[in-house]
Amino acid sequence: MGRKLLFDKAHIEGIRYYDVYRANGGYGSAEKALKSMSPDQVLDEVKKSGLRGRGGAGFPTGMKWSFIAKPEGVPRYLVCNADESEPGTFKDRYLMEFLPHLLIEGLLISSYTLGCNSCYIYIRGEYAWIPDILEEAIADAKKNGWLGKNIQGTGFDLEIYVQRGAGAYICGEETALIESLEGKRGNPRIKPPFPAVKGLWDCPTVVNNVETLATVVPILRIGGEEYAKYGTGKSTGTKLISACGNINKPGVYEIEMNISVEEFIYSDEYCGGIANGKRLKACIPGGSSVPILPANLLLKTAKGEPRMMTYESLADGGFATGTMLGSGGFIVLDEDQCIVKNTLTFARFYHHESCGQCSPCREGTGWMKRVLLNIENGKGKMSDIDLLWDIQRKIEGNTICPLGDAAAWPVAAAIRHFRDEFEWHVLHPEEATKRNYGLAHYADPLEIAAPAAV
Amino acid sequence: MFSEEKLNKVKEIIARYPAGKQKSALIPVLHLAQEVSGGWLSSETMDYVASLLQITPIEVYEVATFYSMFNLQPVGQYVFEVCQTGPCMLRGSDNIIDYIKKKLDIGVGQTTKDGLFTLKTVECLGACGYAPMMQLGKHYREHLTPEKVDAIIEECRSKAN
Repeated sequence: MGRKLLFDKAHIEGIRYYDVYRANGGYGSAEKALKSMSPDQVLDEVKKSGLRGRGGAGFPTGMKWSFIAKPEGVPRYLVCNADESEPGTFKDRYLMEFLPHLLIEGLLISSYTLGCNSCYIYIRGEYAWIPDILEEAIADAKKNGWLGKNIQGTGFDLEIYVQRGAGAYICGEETALIESLEGKRGNPRIKPPFPAVKGLWDCPTVVNNVETLATVVPILRIGGEEYAKYGTGKSTGTKLISACGNINKPGVYEIEMNISVEEFIYSDEYCGGIANGKRLKACIPGGSSVPILPANLLLKTAKGEPRMMTYESLADGGFATGTMLGSGGFIVLDEDQCIVKNTLTFARFYHHESCGQCSPCREGTGWMKRVLLNIENGKGKMSDIDLLWDIQRKIEGNTICPLGDAAAWPVAAAIRHFRDEFEWHVLHPEEATKRNYGLAHYADPLEIAAPAAV
Repeated sequence: MFSEEKLNKVKEIIARYPAGKQKSALIPVLHLAQEVSGGWLSSETMDYVASLLQITPIEVYEVATFYSMFNLQPVGQYVFEVCQTGPCMLRGSDNIIDYIKKKLDIGVGQTTKDGLFTLKTVECLGACGYAPMMQLGKHYREHLTPEKVDAIIEECRSKAN
């Protein structure tokens, strides 16, 4: 069994309630931080832990915290990003539903470190039943002196509020989230200024993912150095992976970042293999926006080394032959799945979720969707494949926020690795509407990935 | 439009933000307004929300039109919001959508003649491991099969009667 740091007590009955959580050592890390450490000492532990943002970008959390501006007399805010909307990702939902006090304890320690007295949990609107769970937990924490004024006699004050969104993927982007929290459309802001300087209501703000903030609790419990001994290299600690698609055991798993992709998919401890005795065709290991990999490149890198569940190993080979750990939304496709159809659903998703500010994204996502729909419906032309490649290249890097990139990458990777399947759809339109292509013959990724002359 | 209880709730929400930042309450208050207005927001309802928060109506419209959870047209008493994004598609959401269409004799975006059901397709709701799924009111219905859909329809009908 892999070592657990977040889910180590998840099996205890009633752990979602204050009394059980506290009786099992809960709020011990907060007690240690608030009573025996200065904010800078806590920050130091987080830096030593090597913790990287668990929302998808993987930016070092300690470094992000150290950027927060501290002008005299201006409030600072911590915002917990619970907008979890990346297709394939449902880990934060599990944490909030079943371990709400772990998150609250993490928010308390993080707010103390950053010097924030108000903290907002921005949760996606569709998770409509979770705010009740969180608010009950907040009320219980407050009743027991862990929130409110003069927490545990330390003189530190903190209030936590839960705010629901209303159905917009883009609000997971930190500046769009801040706009939404201010009661506006979720249009991302141009950076700089970064939220650490000018965020919520123009005040210094840190926005972190749910899992990131919850992880601060075990870091304080065992110490940053000890935490960094978990995992591999710069991928320290454990990561929550939400596994879905054609596997035997979909669900949320905590893994130590030292196991192979093969072990994760096939071992009974995790996904339990491909469902219905089918073969693995492809996988999107980090949420819909990261490049899809065919089975051969997923299990082994281009160098022939086993692919590991770490930030570095999944990214090995760059986009030509690698992918990203992203948010840990692990989507598995079996041999009966159609890459064109799958890519079409993602293109439709990003078109639906584009905020519309930047024309490359607003127009390009809809264009890609329409071209993919034609190919899927047997009305595609060979030139459409190159057209798709061309459109995605013109979106990537040309937008205010990373939604443009997120929309471009799945299309690019599908063509890079499964060009043969796209061509088959175009050449056999009748057949393509009746059956699936099956396992890929695999395009040569290096050849396709070479940039076309511009 | 709001009851005394809902007005107190609005006050409580506004108190979460610094003075003068009551516009931040807009999305939570629109959720409340939609709840008490049959599941959708008319321009009268939005104007009422604007007056409550002391902001201009256009500030409400631009937000209500941006977020997909706000319905700007009347909807049925029960709205089936079926996810159709990749992970749900891989687990057969297309069949579920087709089944609901046939069963209720409506297309996507339509409401049954008795005003009971509306079918909507939505993008990823974060339940990928429990696919196929749909949102029904405040809760998720997961691991959908035609039999489960039948049971849900029956359940709604019996509650409505």
